[in-house]
Amino acid sequence: MARSHQASGIRPARLSAAEIAENFKDLHAPYDAHEAAVAADRCYFCYDAPCMTACPTSIDIPQFIREIQAGHADSAAKTILNQNILGGMCARVCPTETLCEEVCVREVAEGKPVEIGRLQRFATDQIMAKGVHPFSRAASTGKTVAVVGAGPAGLSAAHRLAMKGHDVVIFEARPKAGGLNEFGIAAYKSTDGFAAREVAWLLQIGGISIEYGKGFGSGLTLADLQAGYDAVFLSIGLAGVNSLRASGEDKAGVGDAVDFIAELRQAEDLAALPVGRNVVVIGGGMTAIDAAVQSKLLGAENVTIAYRRDRSAMGASRFEQDLAASNGVKLMFNVMPRAILGAGAAAEIELEYTEVVDGRVSGTGETVRLMADQIYKAIGQTLEQAPESLEIEGGKIKVAAETGRTSIAGVWAGGDCASGGDDLTVTAVAEGRDAAEDIHASLMG
Amino acid sequence: MADLTTEFLGIKSPNPFWLASAPPTDKEYNVRRAFEAGWGGVVWKTLGAEGPPVVNVNGPRYGAIWGADRRLLGLNNIELITDRPLDVNLAEMTRVKKDYPDRALIASIMVPCEEAAWKAILPRVAETNADGIELNFGCPHGMAERGMGSAVGQVPEYIQMVTEWCKQYYDKPVIVKLTPNITDIRHPARAAHAGNADAVSLINTINSITSVNLDAMAPEPMIGGKGTHGGYCGPAVKPIAMNMVAEISRDPQTAGLPISAIGGITTWRDAAEFIALGAGNVQVCTAAMTYGFKVVEEMISGLSDWMDGKGYSSIEEFRGMATPNVTDWQYLDLNYVAKARISQDDCIKCGRCFAACEDTSHQAIAMSADRTFTVKDDECVACNLCVNVCPIEGCITMEEVPVGQLDERTGKIVSGDYSNWTVHPNNPAATAAQ
Repeated sequence: MARSHQASGIRPARLSAAEIAENFKDLHAPYDAHEAAVAADRCYFCYDAPCMTACPTSIDIPQFIREIQAGHADSAAKTILNQNILGGMCARVCPTETLCEEVCVREVAEGKPVEIGRLQRFATDQIMAKGVHPFSRAASTGKTVAVVGAGPAGLSAAHRLAMKGHDVVIFEARPKAGGLNEFGIAAYKSTDGFAAREVAWLLQIGGISIEYGKGFGSGLTLADLQAGYDAVFLSIGLAGVNSLRASGEDKAGVGDAVDFIAELRQAEDLAALPVGRNVVVIGGGMTAIDAAVQSKLLGAENVTIAYRRDRSAMGASRFEQDLAASNGVKLMFNVMPRAILGAGAAAEIELEYTEVVDGRVSGTGETVRLMADQIYKAIGQTLEQAPESLEIEGGKIKVAAETGRTSIAGVWAGGDCASGGDDLTVTAVAEGRDAAEDIHASLMG
Repeated sequence: MADLTTEFLGIKSPNPFWLASAPPTDKEYNVRRAFEAGWGGVVWKTLGAEGPPVVNVNGPRYGAIWGADRRLLGLNNIELITDRPLDVNLAEMTRVKKDYPDRALIASIMVPCEEAAWKAILPRVAETNADGIELNFGCPHGMAERGMGSAVGQVPEYIQMVTEWCKQYYDKPVIVKLTPNITDIRHPARAAHAGNADAVSLINTINSITSVNLDAMAPEPMIGGKGTHGGYCGPAVKPIAMNMVAEISRDPQTAGLPISAIGGITTWRDAAEFIALGAGNVQVCTAAMTYGFKVVEEMISGLSDWMDGKGYSSIEEFRGMATPNVTDWQYLDLNYVAKARISQDDCIKCGRCFAACEDTSHQAIAMSADRTFTVKDDECVACNLCVNVCPIEGCITMEEVPVGQLDERTGKIVSGDYSNWTVHPNNPAATAAQ
């Protein structure tokens, strides 16, 4: 067992159950009450605070931190959840180092920001642990709204709409709600089934039903939804995956990083999950990091992220890059896949060095080969199964900023499938919330 | 290394740091350990009259307030004087003094306001060879209800009377410990002086309730659902104590009266500040109760290093140097003009100065779209609030406007001529005098 991480091929149980449990524990341990009070005391309660401006959901951060400091975390949670109903998940997965904490005046002054994400988690965990849902529904409006996709944008829109008194039906193709919160994102950022617990907590508002196994690829049509509901909100995410355009891509051992992460997130027993000895992840975003780090944590001996541009162009933040490096993942820059080699199954990958001229990546002709029995593609996702009648812009459903209105009256969209915004959980929550407000105004106007 | 030896009322001690009369000095065991830790002197926990000792509560006797990381900022107590028999305390004091002849040992005493009571106890204290006595006219809780402690300290005539008895029946130094629970500290100090006290020590604790338990709806510390006011001490009371020390130090009627300063002394700097205001030594309690006896080491090294840096070879060289600069408001120079200056290099753009000035003061700070904060000289009255709320020490400073330059707020040239309220045209009294 001691040397099982060096066994060749893709195989389970490279590490003991205890080692795996240790590896996949909470990335950031939750604060206890005293730690939270001390951390909150570091907040300067800035005037017109930069952190609040940097938050895509515009949470009143100085206010909620002050509420923690003053010993009423429940009020802090309400301040957060009022703006961001998935504040619990965002506290775990937001790249705070490029959002609120990046602009914290203490980050600027000392390189040590107030730990806003962990404080947000403290407050939201407290209220959820009590089972308190601090919102209630307005009187029924008699209006109905269909939401397609139970990811962050869909859940956020559904909650806001239900709160306003509308009846909401969410159609979800997968057997569970949560979207990328449930099926994407590294396991160490959402421990103890948090994504599912958060959905259950969110649904306490009432007025939301979810129909599983239904999506645009499985019987649902936009026309039916338009006919059956007063408004439609689309939050279908990006279901497709880009291909490598390298020879040998069809060999066994080559897969999509998002599928690996989804499988890992749903696995009953992580030790039973097979992983390669030599794993190469192609890409430079958060998905690449999540796939690479988790491969390492499952016991892969060598894990490499191969990215075709330089470090500064990487989609993953420096914090995420360092997280990967500290877990023993090797980061290679300015390389792109040329060929996957091996007799039937992948055994090696050939990478070509690149240079970037006028923003365009081209090969230099120089190549390098890495041992690779498992290769994950993490080079971006694409929109799939969007209703054809919708106007598309830059590969996404075209929506108006602030309102989420699509090119079709009565149809709104938000989250990763919609144009504009970063593909972040927090952005999706903001877009769902804002579209819900616009839907409400349209229905009641 | 500077010489920290002090001679207070002729009582020598290796440093000016004495432990105040309080729980840390309640018995031989503690006092020996305190001396081993380096304390220069000890005022033994207050002795009561012969007979059955007082009793203490059997529930919490301390309450506190804290900073965010549980730094203890203020402590209060409802403990009474020693609850051990008088002869036990006296025997222990005798042994300790014999073993530590180079340290100061003072007996604190609180007996009823009757000549016979003082006459009875003083010879017995003298037999211990203690270096002097301290009259506890300060404790504001419990004993005050029985006509002792602060009940005496609040009546100058009683202070003088008891002090005179002590000077009559005891031939070593008599220190009168004052309560701050009065309106003007100078009156009890003058009474002690009139009674021929050798020194005053202050402050004793301040009446206080540290918190209210909102579930039990009762003050803390809580004894069976009830609480009472206790004596407040610790870092929070230092500013109050410093003012009282300064008031006595600069009062012509008590000029030269030695002062042993007490009140929130936690570091060398606190001690240096009290000494600069005229104190001949300092007494410490809460810092020791919070951190243990070892805290005296930092007080010793810090004071010594600071004195070396300033070139002071003894405490007497800087004692009272700040006293002449403590004055009445009416004598402050109204022609002195300063303006706030914000160092843009140091500013972290939190905007606290802006919020404070804009919302609560003089609207004298401008904020730009890129969060640059600048002082509006035509509005700034140099109130110092921005300095006090700024989280970065030294980022905002008060800069004197040089003589000959325009004060943009008043439109007047800074004259440099000293002028105060007593001669100001808006002062009716000044006008009447003309």
